[in-house]
Amino acid sequence: MKLDTVAIASQNPDTEQPFAQLGLKDDEYVRIKEILGRRPTSSELAMYSVMWSEHCSYKSSKVHLKQFGEKAPKSDALLVGIGENAGVVDIGQNYAVTFKIESHNHPSFVEPYQGAATGVGGIVRDILTMGARPIAVMDPLRFGLADAPDTRRVLPGIVAGIGGYGNCLGLPNIGGEIVFDETYAGNPLVNALCVGVMKHEDIKLAKAHGAGNLVVLFGAKTGGDGIGGVSVLASETFNAAKPTKRPSVQVGDPFAEKVLIECCLEIFAADLVVGIQDLGGAGLSCATSELASAGSGGMNIQLEKVPLRDPSLSPEEILMSESQERMCAIVEPANIKYFLGICKKWDVSATVIGEVTSGERLNITFNGELIVDVPPRTVAHDGPVYNRPIAKPAYVAELAAKELKVPMPESAVEIKAAILKLIASPNIADKSWVTSQYDKYVQGNTVLAQPEDAGLIRIDEKTNLGVAVSTDANARWSYLDPYEGAKLALAESCRNIATTGAKPLAVTNCLNFGSPEDPGVMWQFAETVRGLADACLELGLPVTGGNVSFYNQTGSVAILPTPVIGVLGVIQDVRKRTPMGLPKSGLDLYLIGKVDSNLSGSEWAYLHGEIGNTAPKSDLAMEARLVNLLLDGQSIFQAAHDVSNGGLAATLVETVLKNKIGAEVSLTNTAVELLSETPGRVLVAINESDTNGIVALAGKYQIPIYKIGTSGGNDLVINDIKISIEELSKAHTETFPKLFG
Amino acid sequence: MSFRIGVVTFPGSLDDRDAARAVEMAGATVVPLFHASDDLKEVQAVVLPGGFSYGDYLRCGAIARFAPIMNSIVTAAEHGFPVLGICNGFQVLCESHLLPGALTRNSNLHFLCRDQKLKIENTNTFWTNGFTKDQEITIPLKNGEGSFQCDDETLNMLESEGRVIARYLDFDPNGSRNLIAGISNERGNVVGLMPHPEHAIETLTGPSTDGLTIFTSVLHQLVGR
Repeated sequence: MKLDTVAIASQNPDTEQPFAQLGLKDDEYVRIKEILGRRPTSSELAMYSVMWSEHCSYKSSKVHLKQFGEKAPKSDALLVGIGENAGVVDIGQNYAVTFKIESHNHPSFVEPYQGAATGVGGIVRDILTMGARPIAVMDPLRFGLADAPDTRRVLPGIVAGIGGYGNCLGLPNIGGEIVFDETYAGNPLVNALCVGVMKHEDIKLAKAHGAGNLVVLFGAKTGGDGIGGVSVLASETFNAAKPTKRPSVQVGDPFAEKVLIECCLEIFAADLVVGIQDLGGAGLSCATSELASAGSGGMNIQLEKVPLRDPSLSPEEILMSESQERMCAIVEPANIKYFLGICKKWDVSATVIGEVTSGERLNITFNGELIVDVPPRTVAHDGPVYNRPIAKPAYVAELAAKELKVPMPESAVEIKAAILKLIASPNIADKSWVTSQYDKYVQGNTVLAQPEDAGLIRIDEKTNLGVAVSTDANARWSYLDPYEGAKLALAESCRNIATTGAKPLAVTNCLNFGSPEDPGVMWQFAETVRGLADACLELGLPVTGGNVSFYNQTGSVAILPTPVIGVLGVIQDVRKRTPMGLPKSGLDLYLIGKVDSNLSGSEWAYLHGEIGNTAPKSDLAMEARLVNLLLDGQSIFQAAHDVSNGGLAATLVETVLKNKIGAEVSLTNTAVELLSETPGRVLVAINESDTNGIVALAGKYQIPIYKIGTSGGNDLVINDIKISIEELSKAHTETFPKLFG
Repeated sequence: MSFRIGVVTFPGSLDDRDAARAVEMAGATVVPLFHASDDLKEVQAVVLPGGFSYGDYLRCGAIARFAPIMNSIVTAAEHGFPVLGICNGFQVLCESHLLPGALTRNSNLHFLCRDQKLKIENTNTFWTNGFTKDQEITIPLKNGEGSFQCDDETLNMLESEGRVIARYLDFDPNGSRNLIAGISNERGNVVGLMPHPEHAIETLTGPSTDGLTIFTSVLHQLVGR
């Protein structure tokens, strides 16, 4: 095919272009022509198509997401906010922590192993790009029904991909979620979170400053994998009739990423970069336009210098390729020799492909011919913005009016059966089959990992400063009331952080939804963002960044609205953390927070095929007091575990099974108290001698506490119901191996 | 003056910093060694850490054995120099023929990370002399290719010469022959261990502190020389 240059584009304004196949709408194509004053070249069209995709441009979500800025609480902790590769927060002692969560949903459905693997790779590079050493990952996952054939295809592949990539990078996997619901059939959610740490002075930004500075592409060579991943895969609804999209999925090489990490960290330590950007979605199109757009000038790129894995790639394909394990740095000419030397030490290929200019254009040539001449901002930051129609779906009122018909167990025999059924259900069952495929020990700083309420990592071995991270979502509550659902997810995530003894500090989010072209889905999205922004303001936590994944639907069936909320917390002394498991016999067990009889959105109702009625309302003022109570009382809590999915029944069983130490508990309204998922509750264990302490805390923070029993024995005893630890363990742990081998 | 113990970093090594932490906690001075140099920097013992050297895309450890640093280590080891290979390091030692046998994929084909109980059976090696015979310890196991395999003749030799230093207890994690978790060479200076002692040196971050004894053992050995 003949090279489509800027000169040819100017001379042939009417050449037909495949903009629709590239995912661009008619009006978007018209706008590109307006910006350029001519038709785009095929290379420019390729760049705009990937950068203006939903995935990269946030065109449907932007108008809503700005609330995170507008409603942002004052925070001294925020060092870098939304807009960079990842937000950065100050955790004290001159340490800065960066964390972010991203989706890799669509690729993981098409090719589970590689899709999930490169999801980990992508988020790790985002964190690395900020100048940080990645220190942990987490993976919230959602699948169709556990026994559905497609779940058996995607789940093992996704878990193996996350493990295969993350384990090979040497990053401990410290938590996440695994949730099953039929709406995720054909739309599994693979969200990946990464945390990194650096010193304040080491923060790096994606900016190309200084005319004459060099643009260096380093890492893996560019191949034909993942071309159009963001536009074709991530920004469109799956349709069974369409041809297979496997070639749009990237292929990961974790070894290349591991050496890239070490290479980058050595380069950062020597202070050799002016700006840096990773190559992820939209590849070189994204990296060059974003660097130039955020910088002070223009940029010239000589595209033929890009090292290729497949020499037959066209310039358009080179620009769109999403080949993994690549980075783009801006380096002063005086430092280039040093820079290339470090790359050579790590056997990382590095090539100067252009330079920063004093102009205002991003110019790309291919063998001397000008093929791209654009204002970089129009590609990277001034993409289309849609105020899509919003309509509250009819189901909301219908479900709210519905009365739940959930049978409640009454006799001791029935209650025992209910507990065993609940803890064996895939959503509550033990997830070791998955988590044992992840390395949680590497780097030697993991203090808490799954199934604990939050992952907890030591940052400084001398001072014992640490961070905690948790991700949460209750999509069924979000489905019933997305505004409250988002608030409740944030509240739960904060509670999980505080349960371990860490103080919530900042928020990231991964908002997984159906098609934005459906006004009902858009309503769910708008309500979710409004709820999350309001909740962040009320709890005083800044949103540091996040990710939106739309088009998670097959045909007209969208997934449950699933805002996965990640919260980062800080703990001054990791040795004082509170674990979930009972450490010994003879402790008093207290339930903090009041239960009500609402079962709407609960696991028990779901197990009976019932969804409806009114989701719980959040009480953020109380949640904030609860967080403070947990932090204040940290020294007396011998164990603490959040009450959430599966209610007190699940909490008690998990608390007992962790260290195989039993408990004896008495309840009054037994079934409701066990199965209700009323938010804002935590089970704690204290020494009897600390009774006055916990009573004082309850009074100080005005939260009711209930002494429900004591630890000890080889059984979980609830009133006259006795279940042996062995029986509990069998029910809890058998589900996953039975399902997945 | 404390002893100098080298920790080798291959491209793709992951537990090198953890091994260094353990060496330091045991009381020795850590000397980082890089794969591309054959200079052992006058260290008195060497640890080959866990990880995925060169990505382990071929056979685990198959490329690492050709690294310049390995030439020096193999030569020194043949003269009694203490070498410990953990996980990927064990695989490298087998590929280098300092130890017999090979590590193959776990029998259930999954990567497995768990706290593993072991029985220490040989306390005469350079790296296990601090344990008591048949001591039971718990340290993390984490690998995808940890199934120890060898022919019958080699197995008989290892068993009859007491060169099985540690065996999996209570649970077979990977299908290793005779539940072998670690072996030594004839002289006892070279030890390969699949589970990770460097991740069991403090109760805050590991299941026990049992692993530290591996690193203190070699220091006792060096003192006694």
